[in-house]
Amino acid sequence: MSATTAMEVNAEARRILAVSISKLYASRTQRGGLRLHRSLLLSMVMRSARDIYHSSRESEAPSGPQPAPAEEPMEVGSGPGEQAELPAPQPELEPAVSPAETAEPGSAEEGCDGEFAEDKENRSPARQSRKRRGKASAAPDFLPSKRARLEPGEERYAAPLGSCRVGAGESLTALSLNRVIPAF
Amino acid sequence: MTKCSKDALRCDNSCGGDNCVKQRTKCALLIKSAASTAGIGAVPASRTVSCWMRPEVWTGPASPPSPSSSLICRYQDPEPADLSMEEESDTRKINNSFLRDHNYATEADIISTVEFNSSGELLATGDKGGRVVVFQREQESKSQPQRRGEYNVYSTFQSHEPEFDYLKSLEIEEKINKIKWLPQQNAAYFLLSTNDKTVKLWKISERDKRPEGYNLKDEDGRIKDPSTITSLRVPVLQPMDLMVEATARRVFSNAHTYHINSISVNSDLQTFISTDDLRVNLWNLEITDRSFNIVDIKPANMEELTEVITSAEFHPQQCHTFAYSSSKGSIRLCDMRQAALCDKHCKYFEEPEDPSTRSFFSEIISSISDVKFSHNGRYLMTRDYLTVKVWDLQMENKPLETYQVHDYLRGKLCSLYENDCIFDKFECVWNGSDSVIMTGSYNNFFRMFDRNTKRDVTLEASRENSKPRAILKPRKVCVGGKRRKDEISVDSLDFSKKILHTTWHPHENIIAVAATNNLYIFQDKVN
Repeated sequence: MSATTAMEVNAEARRILAVSISKLYASRTQRGGLRLHRSLLLSMVMRSARDIYHSSRESEAPSGPQPAPAEEPMEVGSGPGEQAELPAPQPELEPAVSPAETAEPGSAEEGCDGEFAEDKENRSPARQSRKRRGKASAAPDFLPSKRARLEPGEERYAAPLGSCRVGAGESLTALSLNRVIPAF
Repeated sequence: MTKCSKDALRCDNSCGGDNCVKQRTKCALLIKSAASTAGIGAVPASRTVSCWMRPEVWTGPASPPSPSSSLICRYQDPEPADLSMEEESDTRKINNSFLRDHNYATEADIISTVEFNSSGELLATGDKGGRVVVFQREQESKSQPQRRGEYNVYSTFQSHEPEFDYLKSLEIEEKINKIKWLPQQNAAYFLLSTNDKTVKLWKISERDKRPEGYNLKDEDGRIKDPSTITSLRVPVLQPMDLMVEATARRVFSNAHTYHINSISVNSDLQTFISTDDLRVNLWNLEITDRSFNIVDIKPANMEELTEVITSAEFHPQQCHTFAYSSSKGSIRLCDMRQAALCDKHCKYFEEPEDPSTRSFFSEIISSISDVKFSHNGRYLMTRDYLTVKVWDLQMENKPLETYQVHDYLRGKLCSLYENDCIFDKFECVWNGSDSVIMTGSYNNFFRMFDRNTKRDVTLEASRENSKPRAILKPRKVCVGGKRRKDEISVDSLDFSKKILHTTWHPHENIIAVAATNNLYIFQDKVN
């Protein structure tokens, strides 16, 4: 009973994540530019959905490998103040989430990983990933995998660590664009 | 009728074609009278549809309306005299064509804001195409007592044009986000209108005289041959047809990085604030090249952003106090006398979240979409997705009153998220005496809550109600179980028909409700 509920929650979380990502992608072409408020709300929903998704996966296979809390495309509110939010109906998953929580600050330091795609181009080559790539992080079939288009003569290079996290652009939305494009 | 070859937005109605945007009128129930459209081209005669209602009938179905105190709808036909002023050939076609299904309406016609002025004489609407249409209330005439106080089109002008930000490669929408009137100080009317980036002060003035008898120019404006001038005369002012002209007097631009969501005029009538997602700027109405930033919640690291400002308003009496609402469901009251940068609030209003209602979408539905001070300045009203709350300025930890607008949607948040409806920003409004509050919902429903009697009513703004002498009857949404005859089930609600913008006359019981591209004006019945 709890397994099926966890599965339903899992499927629900995946669906919400997919819808959110497509909304984020669609908002890029919207007239008037990216809306900060809307993008912020989308990222909050995505974060909750991601947390639920990983919590429910953890409850499904508690003896399996520790789920890698993949980074969101929009790293909003990362830092010590951030709390992973749990829905009330899943209190039994709380112990499962805390390892995810402790791993998260670690992965936050890691840098700029895309949500579901392996984003090796932005990781410094010397640094090995501490995350074990479980099934969750493999590119799901409902998302296209795209990499940034290179101009003739350009090469791919590993960006220095932390450069992705610096808000170079004026707005959060510009930052998310930089992160989301490689993820696609 | 030939099809207009021009883009609907650029059409000046001179061709009289079927697609002329001016013919199809953004207000389906009002068409401009020819007299007041100088310079834009003649348009069909004026017609207004007004619905009357008595306050008692706003209560729920428990008290069925008695025949004498009913909501009635009056449909006024154009006077025959008006037809002669038209240049369009086929009046009948025009009269039928304006009652169009909103599916055919262009997006530019969608009304994005409505606002009465401080006397209630004027009603301004802004739309997605950057146009502002101002309606004026007719003077009551003894000869036609049933035409009491109709609103007719007074002025139309293009307030904002689409712009392009070359630095960011972004188009700046011309949609009018907010209009705020300045109280009248002379014969002209002033209003502030804003799009995402620029606020403009418009002056609307009447001209009913023009000078005639120039010496160097003839009546058509052509320069005269000096040799033909044999005598000198002083030009005299001759009466002319009333012309209403709108001119942009000030443009307040380049002060906002993010999208402007609200403007508010101060009670000192000298300053106003404009608010975007992260900053509030204070302007002087006379000075356009600088503004003061009084609130800045932008974090040093944008990744740490957790909340944005959604609306801000000045206190109606205290010129040093303003409030702003956030996407996290909190309101901050600030005093400008404390510091130049009002980052520290004086009061912080937030209701702790109920953990039992937690869901994926809790953050979205707790985001406040509108904040309004009451007219007496003692209360604040906030609108989030599912509720309206009234706060006492003296009590910060919880609202005084909470009203459920459409709680039946709580179980449908996921599908509302998918069709984007959960991001809709509803507005809320007080009546003149602060005893009734009103806000919109879906399916062209709008709701009123009487704070004293604790009764509420759901009404619908639709064409079916707008027939002559039709009674506006209360509607009800059936939540579950058996559906009664007049009820509508949650699943049959039309989520594309939403009422986001409403406004209430400052003194009388007259409301204006914007339903997509239609404007409905409802009025009290006078026996």
